[in-house]
Amino acid sequence: MFAPSNLRSPLGRARGLGAAKEGLHHWWLQRLTSLALIPLTVWFAATIVGLAGSGYEAFVAWLSDPCTTAVMVGFLAVTFHHAQSGMQVVIEDYVSSHSWRLASIILVKFVCYGLAILGIVSTLIVSFGA
Amino acid sequence: MTQAAKPVSRPLSPHLQVYRLPLAAWLSITHRITGVGLTIGTVLLTYWIVSAAYGPDAYARFAGFIGSPIGYLLLFGFSVALFYHLCNGIRHLFWDIGMNYEIAETKRANIIVLLGTVVLTAGAWLLALAM
Repeated sequence: MFAPSNLRSPLGRARGLGAAKEGLHHWWLQRLTSLALIPLTVWFAATIVGLAGSGYEAFVAWLSDPCTTAVMVGFLAVTFHHAQSGMQVVIEDYVSSHSWRLASIILVKFVCYGLAILGIVSTLIVSFGA
Repeated sequence: MTQAAKPVSRPLSPHLQVYRLPLAAWLSITHRITGVGLTIGTVLLTYWIVSAAYGPDAYARFAGFIGSPIGYLLLFGFSVALFYHLCNGIRHLFWDIGMNYEIAETKRANIIVLLGTVVLTAGAWLLALAM
């Protein structure tokens, strides 16, 4: 039998999942995206600085480079995953009404994933020169 | 509830409204505030790329907006929030692997985060405006 100080059942310990039934998944993805965003953010900031004051042609020429396209798609995907993940935690912490909490989490996720798709599709359109 | 309530003599945990938050706590809540701000700012990021996909005219409209005083203000706020969230996010990752929990280390990290934000923001704007 387990010690009285350990209130976790052996089955719960073996499954390794907490009250949310998803274990470390959300926490882990948040950290994973954070880590990826360190170099991506530095790249993004350097890019904006480099493009400052230049026009449409310069932007298209820069974004059309295959590597730039790939990094931009990655940046957008990871950024929006990180954003909705962080917003979910903020909402869970500060919105106490269950219905408002659920509604705002759903809204934030839909908006974030919508913006991500919009940004990625636009990146590809610019890159493919449509 | 047969006994009358006795005055509490044990130490109570500090209440947010009467407790002077240490700097690290201010930086922690600022991390969340900048995170929410950056999420809202991604609308601007998306608008930038979408405008380019729509063509030169739409891109010129975006450039006109971002070049306006309001655009510069938004861009400046976005850059401060981005560099702050980047610097403080790295300190959070160090906490996640169990490092820098001593008070002296936490205080040192406070300074590094604030200094890093100022240096990165100033550097980026000086370089961008010199381009």
